[in-house]
Amino acid sequence: MADSLTQSDLDQVKAWLGEVPDPEVPAVSVMDLGIVRDVRWDDDELVVSITPTYSGCPATSVIALDIEAALRAKGLDRLRVERRLSPPWTTDWISPEGRRKLEAYGIAPPAESVGDTPSPFDRFLRKPLVITCPRCKSENTDRVSEFGSTPCKAQYRCRDCLEPFDYFKCI
Amino acid sequence: MVDSSALFEYLLRLGDNALILGHRLSEWCGHSPALEEDLALSNVALDLIGQTQLWLNLAGEVEGRGRNADNLAYLRDARDFRNVLLVEQPNGDFAATMARQFLFDAWHYLLLRELTGSKDARIAEIAAKGLKEVTYHLERSRDWVLRLGDGTEESHRRMQAAIDDLWMYTGELFESDEVDQAMVREGLGPDFATLHEPWLGLVRATAEEATLTLPQPGWAQRGGKRGLHSEHLGYILADLQFLQRAYPNATW
Repeated sequence: MADSLTQSDLDQVKAWLGEVPDPEVPAVSVMDLGIVRDVRWDDDELVVSITPTYSGCPATSVIALDIEAALRAKGLDRLRVERRLSPPWTTDWISPEGRRKLEAYGIAPPAESVGDTPSPFDRFLRKPLVITCPRCKSENTDRVSEFGSTPCKAQYRCRDCLEPFDYFKCI
Repeated sequence: MVDSSALFEYLLRLGDNALILGHRLSEWCGHSPALEEDLALSNVALDLIGQTQLWLNLAGEVEGRGRNADNLAYLRDARDFRNVLLVEQPNGDFAATMARQFLFDAWHYLLLRELTGSKDARIAEIAAKGLKEVTYHLERSRDWVLRLGDGTEESHRRMQAAIDDLWMYTGELFESDEVDQAMVREGLGPDFATLHEPWLGLVRATAEEATLTLPQPGWAQRGGKRGLHSEHLGYILADLQFLQRAYPNATW
């Protein structure tokens, strides 16, 4: 099947990848999160480049397997998934659609662009970011811990609706 | 062109620091004072183990003898480990763990920031990845130094004792030997002495805010970078390497 595919079919491949959920945050796809950096043909082999969100993220190898399984199920049998470290993944690559899905799922999306993120030395001096509660939209929230259920998230609680929630940190 | 054995040595030091501290933090898993801290310590450990894989795989590649991160982590003896003494110090109480983390994170942050400009693209890209993670580690450990230092009488006493106990292990962070100097000459890594002032500035400002007193500069305990370790490393390795030693080549 791969032989008959051309450049224009890459859009189809990307659409299929848009249906592969992130194993840790299944509300968003690997495309929404910006983990898939490139999809290309190397002769008749399809190459999908992915980048880890965090160096030790155990989901990275599962993501590679899920991508491979999903594309094989679509009939692509000549493919390889390669890992790319640079440039390092940033939350700026989460799509607007991905941000909406995160919020609807109960995870507050990153509150600033990494381009604006100050170094820790400056960060210590500024006011904490205002994180909006994904449930009741209150801005009256507190950080409970810099790390949540996964390295990419911090734990917050809302002082109005009293619900705890995850915040997807800017990185 | 840098001597590949010096580069191998340098990469081992970077990888071993992350590995041993990551292992120490993972010892807290299930024992932390609160669930949130259990998660946070395990997450920082995970970041460090992830960074270990990147550094040690690169070390194995540079060495060219077919060793990868797993072989290097599981099949070397204590004298072949190159981590600084600070990271192998016992967890102690929560204050000791967070003091050790803060003193290391501040240095780690500054070091990785310099390494992002390394002339070796492989080093630069691992550093850029790690720097993002370590930025959060530093923010968190600094918060804990503040909270415990400027907390209750008891928390202050414990944090002050932790800083006093660990201080003699910080001198080693800023020393350079012939391996480090070779890296500086080739533009691969920074002169560690240049990290001292910004490190001390951050540590001093944090200590002041936390109402802590920094010890006077004094004698520095050293040796880890050359494989001369405290008695603690052997116990760490007995735990870390048990499975591969007892069941060689076991996989799951």
